[in-house]
Amino acid sequence: MQSKFREFFIDGIRNFFREMVGNIREINRRYEKPHIRTTPMVRFCLLALRGYLIVLVGILLYKFITVIK
Amino acid sequence: MDFWARLYYHYRRIFKSIKLYLILAGPGIIVMVADNDAGGITTYVATGAKYGYHLLWFLVILGPVAYYVQEMTVRLGAVTKRGHAEAIFYAFGAFWGWFSLLDLVLADWLTLVTEFIGMTSSMRIFGVPPWITVVVVTLMMAGMVIQGRYWTWEKIALLFCGVNLVYIPAAFLVNPPVRDVLYSSVVPHLPPGGFTNDLFFMLMANIGTTIAPWMLFFQQSAVVDKGMGEKDIAGGKFDTAVGAFFTVVVAAFCIILTGTLLKGVPIADAATAAVKLMGINKYLGTFLAIGLFDAGFLGAICISLASSWAFGEVFGWAHSLNIKVKDSPWFYLFYTLLLASAGGVVLIPGAPLMLITLFVQVIAVTLLPAALVFLILLLNNEESMGKYRNGLKQNIINIGIVVVIIVLSTLYGISVLFPNVFGN
Repeated sequence: MQSKFREFFIDGIRNFFREMVGNIREINRRYEKPHIRTTPMVRFCLLALRGYLIVLVGILLYKFITVIK
Repeated sequence: MDFWARLYYHYRRIFKSIKLYLILAGPGIIVMVADNDAGGITTYVATGAKYGYHLLWFLVILGPVAYYVQEMTVRLGAVTKRGHAEAIFYAFGAFWGWFSLLDLVLADWLTLVTEFIGMTSSMRIFGVPPWITVVVVTLMMAGMVIQGRYWTWEKIALLFCGVNLVYIPAAFLVNPPVRDVLYSSVVPHLPPGGFTNDLFFMLMANIGTTIAPWMLFFQQSAVVDKGMGEKDIAGGKFDTAVGAFFTVVVAAFCIILTGTLLKGVPIADAATAAVKLMGINKYLGTFLAIGLFDAGFLGAICISLASSWAFGEVFGWAHSLNIKVKDSPWFYLFYTLLLASAGGVVLIPGAPLMLITLFVQVIAVTLLPAALVFLILLLNNEESMGKYRNGLKQNIINIGIVVVIIVLSTLYGISVLFPNVFGN
């Protein structure tokens, strides 16, 4: 009885994650390519955003490391 | 006869406009009033206690700023019929989509914790234990959405928006000097002591509470869920303007309240201010505590819905409040789990609530610039927006606002991480 319950429970979690991974793959496939027209302005904005986020993550990491120390 | 006919025609026209507005009213008012959430009220209370009425003019400026940013979500939602998360995935691809979605959920969850902190601390003033507040509030919020109609949810939310106006009678009770209040509201000036780092921090905190990433996601999804189309854009914009007006009014009266009675008193949070006010006048303290609870409640329902809508849009779950629970179980389960988990954190003894409150600002800073940049780019996409895309004047105003918000919110995030970076 207990093993049946465990099997049911573990199978349930396994199925949930399998379904989730499937969903995520499907989303990645559906939105693989951007649909906005990539004008120089759009390209510049996205590049600037990447740069901004890299700097911000760097600051966060620095803070994290100094707090750990 | 001609006069009476014209009068009747004008009366019918005005009556019809009001009727139409009452049908369209909702997303704009709700998002703007919910913007004055528990964290927002704490910021306004602290602003009033530290600087009196001297920063009222700054709030008056922030009203139009919030309007200009939020009205873009009305146009985007009404024209594309997509929520903000789905719009980002569709336009910019999976990388930026996942970044925005996961950042939004993290920021929203952390903000939800701060809303529960506000609600539990306000109810503690009335002797209600935190666990009862968390359980009752979570059940109430779940009940609001599972009844199966967007319309009903919206009207209940509007009722709570009305409660948020409790600061107005409270401020009138303290008889503030009207001349000083009016002068400080319309004449930009610096408080005595000039421009200091504390003032800079406070100004940035006020901006941070006025424009939050979840607001963009919430209003656009609400516009879509409500079924607003291109013909409703004018009404939606007016609704947003009314909301922006109320958000400034509530914030201003909150500042007037503490600026009159608690000026110079160090205030860490709104609940402390409510306790201090109770010592002066029990009704004032009660008003502030009720207002704080209501602010946390409104913030929590909007924030949890913003995340649930966003997840539903991207994962393809049925994600409308017009759909019954049995037909969209994931949407409602996600919503309830978000609320229950955030409420549960507040109940953990020794949970790092102060750290979470600070972390909210930092996470918001990573999401806000991206969300605002995407908003501007989406509003300039002629293919999807057609004649509703940003014009030159709108672009000048909106890009200017977005650049200033990005710079200031980044500086705010850095000053939260490194409190002494701009000196003491």
